[in-house]
Amino acid sequence: MKILVCISHVPDTTSKINFTEGDTKFDTNGVQFVINPNDEFGLTRAMWFKEKQGATVDVVNVGGPETEPTLRKALAIGADSAIRVNMPATDGFAVAQQLASVAKDGAYDLIIAGRESIDYNGGMVPGMMAAMLGKAFVTNCVGLEIEGNTATAVREIDGGKETVTATLPLVIGGQKGLVEESDLKIPNMRGIMMARQKPLKVVEPVDVNNASATNKFEKPAPRGAVKLIDADNIDELINLLHNEAKVL
Amino acid sequence: MSVLVYTESEKGKFKKAAFEVASYAKAVADLLNTTVTAISVNAEGADQLGTYGVTKVLKVSNSSIENFNVDTYASIVAQAAQHETAQIVIVSSSADSRYLAPVLAVKLNAGYASNVVAVPTSTAPLTVKRTAFTNKAFAHTELTTNNKIIGLSNNSFGLVENPIAAQVEEFNVDLPVSNITVKSVDKAANKVTIADAEVVVSGGRGLKGPENWGLIEDLAEVLGAATACSKPVSDLGWRPHSEHVGQTGKPVATNLYIAIGISGAIQHLAGINASKVKVVINTDPEAPFFKAADYGIVGDAFEVVPKLTQKLKEFKAQNA
Ligand SMILES: Cc1cc2nc3c(=O)[nH]c(=O)nc-3n(C[C@H](O)[C@H](O)[C@H](O)COP(=O)(O)OP(=O)(O)OC[C@H]3O[C@@H](n4cnc5c(N)ncnc54)[C@H](O)[C@@H]3O)c2cc1C
Ligand SMILES: Nc1ncnc2c1ncn2[C@@H]1O[C@H](COP(=O)(O)O)[C@@H](O)[C@H]1O
Repeated sequence: MKILVCISHVPDTTSKINFTEGDTKFDTNGVQFVINPNDEFGLTRAMWFKEKQGATVDVVNVGGPETEPTLRKALAIGADSAIRVNMPATDGFAVAQQLASVAKDGAYDLIIAGRESIDYNGGMVPGMMAAMLGKAFVTNCVGLEIEGNTATAVREIDGGKETVTATLPLVIGGQKGLVEESDLKIPNMRGIMMARQKPLKVVEPVDVNNASATNKFEKPAPRGAVKLIDADNIDELINLLHNEAKVL
Repeated sequence: MSVLVYTESEKGKFKKAAFEVASYAKAVADLLNTTVTAISVNAEGADQLGTYGVTKVLKVSNSSIENFNVDTYASIVAQAAQHETAQIVIVSSSADSRYLAPVLAVKLNAGYASNVVAVPTSTAPLTVKRTAFTNKAFAHTELTTNNKIIGLSNNSFGLVENPIAAQVEEFNVDLPVSNITVKSVDKAANKVTIADAEVVVSGGRGLKGPENWGLIEDLAEVLGAATACSKPVSDLGWRPHSEHVGQTGKPVATNLYIAIGISGAIQHLAGINASKVKVVINTDPEAPFFKAADYGIVGDAFEVVPKLTQKLKEFKAQNA
């Protein structure tokens, strides 16, 4: 089985978000970048398929040279080789087209992406890629088993779960549940050393068309101070929620 | 050239989110001087959509598609868009709609903006405001394609009545073969879900253990609220993963979010910030949540919450 894991390179969850150049660009100053958390769950599940079922695992990112440390981290966790498509990722549609092209060339049986990235939160790249490839797609995936040519996947739905089957090839939008938090691996020294020897191939983008452009960012308006209510005066809280906030 | 809206239903009844996207679609149609057409699958009471300004309802009735399937449903919405020559399609932020929208985008060769929180700020080019960086910021995004899909963030627009007599048309569709087969659906009956709820009551590690969750559930019941939790609570197995909210869990955009025994870490706040009114109950006056909340009580959850539940019961009884 050949697996491709799509890795989005995103600001660490503790990052303070600021913009520069007249609020047109994300300010990367002092920001630590990591593997998108949803992708880390997917990558860890892919490692399981590698260990138990002999799968090979490639990772891919669409981005500039600055994303290579993130790809190296994925190699240190255990991926076999990495691909970087040399194009800034500013539009989901265009990113999906690049990934679809890589996926097609590699003839993968399973493509694991994340439910959404925590930076631009599009929640769109995996579904678009699957549709471009004409492959089956399951998102919000919290469980995945593969037997022969058949995948059984569990999808989180509003208020519950759904179990589906599909024949490979398949595209997954993964999240926590695919593996548990405690299963996530921190790369060890040996992994980091080995990652330096593993192939990281840079490919030039194929011709694609953009579907969107983000021209301006905005930070939420600063909020007023909290109204503190005495623990012995619950009636006041109810009064405020009813008459002032109008949510009761 | 009407605006098309996908109105979701469950067991034959429209969801509240369907009325919200219909209300929003009407606002978008007004900007473009056109009308709203809705597409519904196995839903009764199409006339209800007229209340929110829908002029025409394309009604698909087919018992073989009871369960949502991304390929089938995306194909149905695409056929409706072609039938109406609609260039703008509006969907909600339910799990199913978020699943469907990117697949639909490829079928229609359309740009897709998700997590949109307001009516477009411009129609040519179509520009929308959407949340980004898990609610830590907003992005103003232009869709540059001819066809466009807008995913509306739940509870961001609300219900707006624009009564009109909706014309209902039975719509026949071709069903594609899907490679995905639904084997089982496991869904708690009669439980308010985080996605649909107007109020969410959420508990953190301050509640000490799963045996104390009755506090959260009792309060949620009086409020008709969904229950949620912080990440460590689900990691510890006190509550199911599906209740984990925050940057790496479910996003919450409710009218009222009540956080009990939750410190207010940046990752937690990022996921719930889109909620309109936030209440925190925490013993520690220095807890970061107090900086993010509208109302706060410094106090012990084990004392405050039962009292609050009791008082709310009385309040609800009086205001019923
Ligand atoms: C990559 C990453 C992603 C993350 N994503 C998320 C996410 O999506 N969602 C999320 O929630 N967290 C997330 N976290 C974790 C986050 O950083 C915090 O650790 C977590 O939110 C803390 O949960 P908590 O507030 O329940 O627990 P704690 O931080 O332990 O806080 C417990 C609070 O309860 C209060 N308390 C104690 N006793 C009582 C009492 N009797 N009555 C009232 N209050 C009491 C305490 O004063 C304290 O403020 C993430 C972390 C990382 C590193
Ligand atoms: N630039 C990128 N390179 C590789 N994978 C990506 C990229 N952007 C998004 N993805 C994948 O698509 C998922 C969803 O991203 P998004 O649609 O941006 O929310 C991510 O979790 C990744 O798996």
